[in-house]
Amino acid sequence: MSTLALADTAALTGRSLRHILRSPDTIVTTAVTPVALLLLFVFVLGGAIDTGSAGSYIDYLLPGILLITVASGVAYTSYRLFLDLQGGIVERFQSMPIARPSVLWAHVLTSLAANLAAVAIVTGVALLFGFRSGASVLAWLAVAGILVLFTLALTWIAVVAGLTAKSVDGASAFSYPLIFLPFISSAFVPTDSMPGPVAWFAENQPVTSIVDTLRALLAGTAVGPEIWVALAWLVGIGAVAYGAAAVLYRRRMR
Amino acid sequence: MSGAAAATLTRPAIRIRGLVKSFKGVEVLKGVDLEVAPGSIVALLGSNGAGKTTLVRILSTLLRADAGEAAVNGHEVSAEAAAVREQLSLTGQFAAVDEVLSGRENLVLIARLRHLPDPGSIADDLLDRFGLTEAGRRRAGTYSGGMRRRLDIAMSLIGDPAVIVLDEPTTGLDPQARLDVWATVRQLAAGGTTVLLTTQYLDEAEQLADRIAILHEGVIVHEGTLAELKALLPPARVEYVEKQPTLEEVFLALTGGAR
Repeated sequence: MSTLALADTAALTGRSLRHILRSPDTIVTTAVTPVALLLLFVFVLGGAIDTGSAGSYIDYLLPGILLITVASGVAYTSYRLFLDLQGGIVERFQSMPIARPSVLWAHVLTSLAANLAAVAIVTGVALLFGFRSGASVLAWLAVAGILVLFTLALTWIAVVAGLTAKSVDGASAFSYPLIFLPFISSAFVPTDSMPGPVAWFAENQPVTSIVDTLRALLAGTAVGPEIWVALAWLVGIGAVAYGAAAVLYRRRMR
Repeated sequence: MSGAAAATLTRPAIRIRGLVKSFKGVEVLKGVDLEVAPGSIVALLGSNGAGKTTLVRILSTLLRADAGEAAVNGHEVSAEAAAVREQLSLTGQFAAVDEVLSGRENLVLIARLRHLPDPGSIADDLLDRFGLTEAGRRRAGTYSGGMRRRLDIAMSLIGDPAVIVLDEPTTGLDPQARLDVWATVRQLAAGGTTVLLTTQYLDEAEQLADRIAILHEGVIVHEGTLAELKALLPPARVEYVEKQPTLEEVFLALTGGAR
């Protein structure tokens, strides 16, 4: 049974990866806005921002930019899932003797591959414009692990959006608040420069702990307790979104 | 085999008893009874909204009935959904093919999902059988309506399911493509596959079906052979009417599609 589930997931993931390879523009589009933001903040606004840290502003900025990359990239996942549901191909798969959850897992794994590709592009561009990191291999692995968890958590939210959407536009609208969230966090400026209530929100929302953890890992400095806050947010959000997606998916098929 | 005699001797391929289904308080199926004999073609005839697609979705395990029974080759759809999915193949209303993949890749995907050995040669055989070999490497999104429908039906045949359900197989097709689909359905039945097809076209039922079931307002109002259904009406009167060619005959003659 579980080997069949793996085989079905592999077959369906191969299918949606082909979709991406045949329209690689979706990955480039995902990377364009974060790269533009990166350049805007580094070369236009960054000169006036005092982060109070030793490194260059691009080093300070990159973690938040990477999160924005993923937040905008997962919109394609809900879009593709919505189109599959609309076109009837999900029903075709469901009427066959396959492991039913493999339909969702294929979209999730494809989202992971596509978003990590976009993250790699953005990181490459940042390196070109002066981003430097003295992080150890272990720290880089931790960065990759947190980005994978972040992508999974946001992808399951995207799956919920794709399953509940009534229109193509609705399927991707959920990502706008997610893209906006890093702006009200420590991603661009330190939170202590913000007025009280805004600073309180910024310090207590998930993005700040994730950004601070990534920044410490990339800078090669000691990671504080914020890594546990970040991991708790990521696992919590991922679990809730996964549960909601599973319930919605089962209910849909009845 | 002669349909009526065989039906009483062998287990029906599809057996539906008292099937009920409502959506948000609106009763769509109000106790449907239907039997389909193995190897026969049965047309489920009904106007839009009669509940044909609901019935088909319950049979193919996509929807759960509120009450009643439905079984495919003796397997109850709710209790033995996995066995039903092995035996029955659905071709839905909207030609659910992957437009980004080529025709061949669509077939290979379905063969892999049915866990069959050598998906590549299964795909090549079907492309050949459905006249799609040349188009096989092209994206399915570039296909004409008729080609898409042929690919769609070819995908349903993978794994040789005993029962094929075709939901409005010719809706939206041009006359030539429609004749091609009809030929395919006849071939299937000749090979021993049981076919249940829904249609809103009376001539389609007349052309293809061994038996016709009329679904109206949630129940089967009549079921029988074409001759039996015709006998329900008063006997024919003799009238003299000039035989004009139908527009379909004209169209096919002019486009050279008559076969």
